[in-house]
Amino acid sequence: MRPLTLRRLFLQCFILVVILFVVVVIALKFGAVPVSLYALGRDLLRVLFGHSSQISSDYGLIVWNIRLPRILLAILVGASLSVAGTSFQALLRNPLADPYVLGVSSGAALGAILALIAEPYLALSPALSALLTPLGAFLGAAATIAAVYILGRREGQIDSATLLLGGVITASFLSAIITFLMSTVTSGNTRGMAFWLMGNLSTSFQKSVYWFLGIGFFVAAGAIYTTATDLNLLLAGEKEAMHLGVDVPRVRLVVYIAASFLTGLAVSVSGAVGYVGLIVPHVMRLMFGSDHRTLLPTAALGGAIAVVFADTLARTIVAPTELAVGAVTAIVGAPLFIYLLRRRLA
Amino acid sequence: MSGGPAFARNPGEASRSSADARLSVEQVSYAYSANPSQAPLFTLEATSFQAKPGEVVAILGPNASGKSTLLKLIAGALAPLSGRILLNGFVTHSLTPRTRAQRIAVVQQESLLLFPSRVWEFVLQGRHAHGRSLRFESDDDIIIAKNALAQVGAADLSDRSMDQISGGEKQRVILARALAQQPLLLLLDEPTLHLDIAAQVDLLHTLRRLAAENRYTVVVVTHELNLAAEYTDQVVLMQRGRCLRVGPPSSIYQRELLEQVFQTPLTVELGPSGRPRVTVLSER
Repeated sequence: MRPLTLRRLFLQCFILVVILFVVVVIALKFGAVPVSLYALGRDLLRVLFGHSSQISSDYGLIVWNIRLPRILLAILVGASLSVAGTSFQALLRNPLADPYVLGVSSGAALGAILALIAEPYLALSPALSALLTPLGAFLGAAATIAAVYILGRREGQIDSATLLLGGVITASFLSAIITFLMSTVTSGNTRGMAFWLMGNLSTSFQKSVYWFLGIGFFVAAGAIYTTATDLNLLLAGEKEAMHLGVDVPRVRLVVYIAASFLTGLAVSVSGAVGYVGLIVPHVMRLMFGSDHRTLLPTAALGGAIAVVFADTLARTIVAPTELAVGAVTAIVGAPLFIYLLRRRLA
Repeated sequence: MSGGPAFARNPGEASRSSADARLSVEQVSYAYSANPSQAPLFTLEATSFQAKPGEVVAILGPNASGKSTLLKLIAGALAPLSGRILLNGFVTHSLTPRTRAQRIAVVQQESLLLFPSRVWEFVLQGRHAHGRSLRFESDDDIIIAKNALAQVGAADLSDRSMDQISGGEKQRVILARALAQQPLLLLLDEPTLHLDIAAQVDLLHTLRRLAAENRYTVVVVTHELNLAAEYTDQVVLMQRGRCLRVGPPSSIYQRELLEQVFQTPLTVELGPSGRPRVTVLSER
């Protein structure tokens, strides 16, 4: 017997934080304009000691004002999607659940687009209208997961295959509506079809958006984390979890709202980046076990690592143009999904 | 036949006799219908019985007689239509899931695992209701889980994976998890299903021993008439949603009664242990 201790949890997270740091440094270094590690280190120290004015202006602009915000965005999107995927897997008792595969990301994208279309008509203050997109994305995500949950039920029980099929069909239906809207509606800043359907991190936002994303992530992920041990038991089935002392309706509600919110957050700033919420939790389970007390934080860090890495690839492999990060995650993620599906059926 | 003395108690008598009882099922009824406007598909008529600490009670009856429904009502998972179920004076259905899990452990027919865990991890799940929602297992929890495994004779399985042990071993591990809950009341729904005869006898024997050692009240739903006769103190005999009789096996195991309930010719004789034994006759 070797039960989980706080020390082991910290150790596991520390390893991933080190890997994340390395990946972030790589992401800062590589790009259309190469930057030396020495210059990066020097400037990092300057920033830390409050001498950021000494950094040369054009170079500082690229690294600190373009690459770093994009990396921050990648970290938040990756962590959000990965925690959302882990939560959906526990909630739906389906190890293949993922916001993208289940159509939740498409629902969030549609919600965000509708919010963007409605925005000019709703004379709101700038601060409020900035929140309208994530709110629309959250509502879109919440409505979609509810619909997929109902579609996935057969005789009162969630059926794994029906659920996945329902999700895939929902995703394709919602994508068609997005395509329709993007082709017919010209008003508002809707960022283009490719952004919502494939997902990319090239948009830059105001500083307040990063704060909102960061705080939103910690609140929602924290809420999910309070149910970590309940989720462990929920995997054995709702009845069994209830008999072991889990308040199943409360846990379901908290996780459902928080995971939809995380998906909405990620999609409203990056579009539908797929498979992160599927692959990352699987890898973390293989590495650290399926206890949600470890799985949730390690999946968050792993998701951040995966998306920063994928975005670095997306920016560099076809430089000076770039790929959508969603294309990179799908190229890697879709075959892995097939592999996991086949292994489960075997 | 329908008016056995054991369950025809008036409410006053029931509360008087429940003073020394741990579990008291008082005139409990239930109705299940898919649609509220339609006639119920299934009803459970008023059922009453009491059980003391250390007692093993079997709920017997053919399929669809209401055995599992009664067990769910006792577990507090369903709310009775009328009557009430008291565990040490508390209505089981009104307890929060957490408090209920500290007092009642339920062993279900099967336990599905999405991600197979180690045996010790599985047993530690039984400690969930005893801790705060976010916490790490204490040394006490680990000792309790170890003891629970030892009590069911499965200490050597501790580090095995749940998907690599036999059906009988799994059933013992599931029982160990229930013991780790340190309940007052242990409920089992057909625990002997899918077990070979040796494992069935072993399980009932273990239950009998645990009830005596830990002063659990054990209620078990089973189809095994002879095992129930051998190992239980009280039998609740059910048929088509009605509780026909409650009493010790010797008073319930009568040929005409069992033949009528189970719709099959059989004989009842006294076994070497002094308990009744049923032989089902093959000719019709």
